[in-house]
Amino acid sequence: MMEEGRKGRYTSSERRLQALVQHLSPSGSSLAGVVQMEVTASGPVGSVFEHVEQAPEDPILGVTVAYNKDPSPIKVNLGVGAYRTEEGKPVILNVVRKAEERLLADRSRYKEYLPITGLADFNKLSAKLIFGKESPALLEKRVATAQCLSGTGSLRVGAEFLAKHYFQRLVFLPAPTWGNHHKIFSNGGLTVKTYRYYDPRTRGLDYQGMVEDIRAAPSGSLILLHACAHNPTGVDPTPEQWEGLRQLIRNKRHLPFFDSAYQGFASGSLDLDALAVRSFVADGGELLVAQSFAKNMGLYGERVGSLSIVCKKEAIATHVESQLKLVIRPMYSNPPIHGASIVATILGDSELYAEWTIELKAMANRIISMRHQLHSAIQARGTPGDWTHILKQIGMFSFTGLNREQVAFMTKEYHIYMTSDGRISMAGLSSKTVPHLADAIHAAVTGLSFSRQ
Amino acid sequence: MASMASRAAAVTITNAALDKPSHGSSVEPTSRISMAVAVDVSKFESVTMAPPDPILGVSEAFKADSSPLKLNLGVGAYRTEELQPYVLDVVKKAEKLMLESGEFKEYLPIEGLAAFNKATAELLLGADNPVIKQGRIATVQGLSGTGSLRLGAAFIQRYLPGVKVLISSPTWGNHKNILNDSGVPWSEYRYFDPTTVGLDFSGMIEDIKNATDGSIILLHGCAHNPTGIDPTAEQWGTIADVIEEKSHLPFFDVAYQGFASGSLDNDASSVRQFVARGLELFVAQSYSKNLGLYAERIGAINAVVSSSDVANRIKSQLKRLARPMYSNPPVHGARIVANVVGDPSLFDEWRSEMQLMAGRIKGVRQSLYDALSSVDENGKDWSFILKQIGMFSFTGLNKNQSDNMTDKWHVYMTKDGRISLAGLSLAKCEYLADAIIDSYYNVK
Repeated sequence: MMEEGRKGRYTSSERRLQALVQHLSPSGSSLAGVVQMEVTASGPVGSVFEHVEQAPEDPILGVTVAYNKDPSPIKVNLGVGAYRTEEGKPVILNVVRKAEERLLADRSRYKEYLPITGLADFNKLSAKLIFGKESPALLEKRVATAQCLSGTGSLRVGAEFLAKHYFQRLVFLPAPTWGNHHKIFSNGGLTVKTYRYYDPRTRGLDYQGMVEDIRAAPSGSLILLHACAHNPTGVDPTPEQWEGLRQLIRNKRHLPFFDSAYQGFASGSLDLDALAVRSFVADGGELLVAQSFAKNMGLYGERVGSLSIVCKKEAIATHVESQLKLVIRPMYSNPPIHGASIVATILGDSELYAEWTIELKAMANRIISMRHQLHSAIQARGTPGDWTHILKQIGMFSFTGLNREQVAFMTKEYHIYMTSDGRISMAGLSSKTVPHLADAIHAAVTGLSFSRQ
Repeated sequence: MASMASRAAAVTITNAALDKPSHGSSVEPTSRISMAVAVDVSKFESVTMAPPDPILGVSEAFKADSSPLKLNLGVGAYRTEELQPYVLDVVKKAEKLMLESGEFKEYLPIEGLAAFNKATAELLLGADNPVIKQGRIATVQGLSGTGSLRLGAAFIQRYLPGVKVLISSPTWGNHKNILNDSGVPWSEYRYFDPTTVGLDFSGMIEDIKNATDGSIILLHGCAHNPTGIDPTAEQWGTIADVIEEKSHLPFFDVAYQGFASGSLDNDASSVRQFVARGLELFVAQSYSKNLGLYAERIGAINAVVSSSDVANRIKSQLKRLARPMYSNPPVHGARIVANVVGDPSLFDEWRSEMQLMAGRIKGVRQSLYDALSSVDENGKDWSFILKQIGMFSFTGLNKNQSDNMTDKWHVYMTKDGRISLAGLSLAKCEYLADAIIDSYYNVK
């Protein structure tokens, strides 16, 4: 406790540190033994934030930061999942450009606040896209949809809603999963657990382990499922496995939460990529789905997505929607208009929609062809091991099976930038860079004596 | 929790449920996949209907009203004299430039668009402020004012745990929600004096003095929402004195820079005064009103601190909070701001448009005051309307009186007596004056 007489002798920073310590320690008690803190000024002017440490760079986004710093002319960025053309350039879809021109030309458009749950037309169209136009859940009006900030924002709003309104705090994530999932759910107020998913021996799905862990989860647990094109592995359940999972999840009364970030981008077909989600809707049960338009419409930086909650009854969906607003309002009040307007324009216009599906298929096909090229190049070099997983995996990413040391080697010697878990973004590859990557993989696998995990 | 089984037994069978096979059987409805499913109660059965947002809900109620006399003085969004929404000319020009230049839509860094962050810090503090040169300001693009406040509150919860935020009584309704959802405790300091319809300055100072050392004081940089009552420059000085003496941390909410007085520099003077005294502080900024970018959600959270080292560390931790919230912020609004501020002629044009908007509001205040003074037979002093600044005016009407404004006069406003002058036209001033006089004198 500060004594009255001494008060004047402290600098303002010392007083602030004292004040902070008083907050942390029980009122009136002495500081000794409660907090180990030097109450002296740390310099000419101290800070009340002196104790704040430097946070590490985000592991995924940090890859691009490191890539940008590399002066080598032959570097390859296989880090972040953003689509690149054969020339290695980002792309703006033609339909997006057209939609933006229409929006700009429309004199009647304003920038007034959207409703808390976002642009109504966008929400309807987004829900139709994932559930199908004729979905019983939509026809029965028992889906609450809110426009949110891309996949991340949709997941976070869903997590906070569940933490407030759902009895079960446990959410089970696949091992491995997208790096950001854990914090989204834990910061959102839920407790994160994992279920077995990736089998490093087969570089495929550990279906048995997945089933066992989901079965062992307490009844009513939240189960996070990647709707398609699992990130980071690219390994998806087969339709038969999905059906087995659906029955298990329903029997255990678990609540599925789908992360749909690649609809249309994985197989090239919007309907095929939505099959898993739709099968869970068709059985009449409830679920959540977070959708992102970052990849399939190339709208990354516009942050467009939506959260849909499929409920048993219309009245419940109405209540749920009203409560979603209470989660959103103190987070950012209402969502950004630009990206959602672009999506609504495209989805709501049959010509633009058709054109979009063609552009989408072209992106998906380019990625599939990169898989084939990489696989062939690895075969051609006689790199030991079975690399067919590169062909079997789907979507933007491939879990190569390379370990941390091999990845570090490839970055250092070959300027290949990727996440240390061995994930590569196929979208960042081109015919020109495939040979270089194949060389790097070959060198890492044969040159290093570590046994591959 | 009641067991699912017993609740399932009590559930009403809906039409949807009738179509579904009960557990174990395999009836095949024509359009559905055959599968086994248990008839089950909803996991969200107990979710209740939330009340409409008190501020945003006003506009919804207004839309539903069919009276030709209706007037929307609810949400603080600027309207022209014709009561139309307004997209600034510079914004249209900037968007045209952006479309023509065909920039990509790649993810922004977590902290947002660098050009925007630089511009927003300079607008706030002045481009040649030593704090900027010394790198002592951490700026992270946020989702307008709300999102920026939320990041600041999340940071406070983590790094100043247990520290209380003092908010003005009254304050913008969403402040409490933001602090609650962030898990940050708060209490109020006196602010509005209903007897003078002015600032309860001594009450404010007393409450700030009585707060535990090292508390956080949430201050409105200019154009206090909802009252429109700002401290004078001298009073700001006294507030800074007390804050410094108590080692409090000021947290400014700056949603109206340039919009209040028409001058970006004048409206930032309170913040700059505190910064000049070497105080550490947080500032949340919004471009919703001053650039009319409401729906684009563009703002920033700033931390002015004692060293660039601390600033960098704080920035890294703000990023760590933003990543699991929305990953990275939307690019469109940020580019608009950066383009407008980065082009001298667009910047000049922006200043003019801001002066126009602020000028229209001042004109409407005058007109309303004149109308009230002439209609009022009891000689009440309505000059507080002229003394208040910014988009809002605290009329001094209570809840019942505010209800009367809506129910009888179709004037939509928030129940705390706040009207948005941005939604008032000169043409409607007399009608509004009639409504206010009636509500004030005839309703208790």
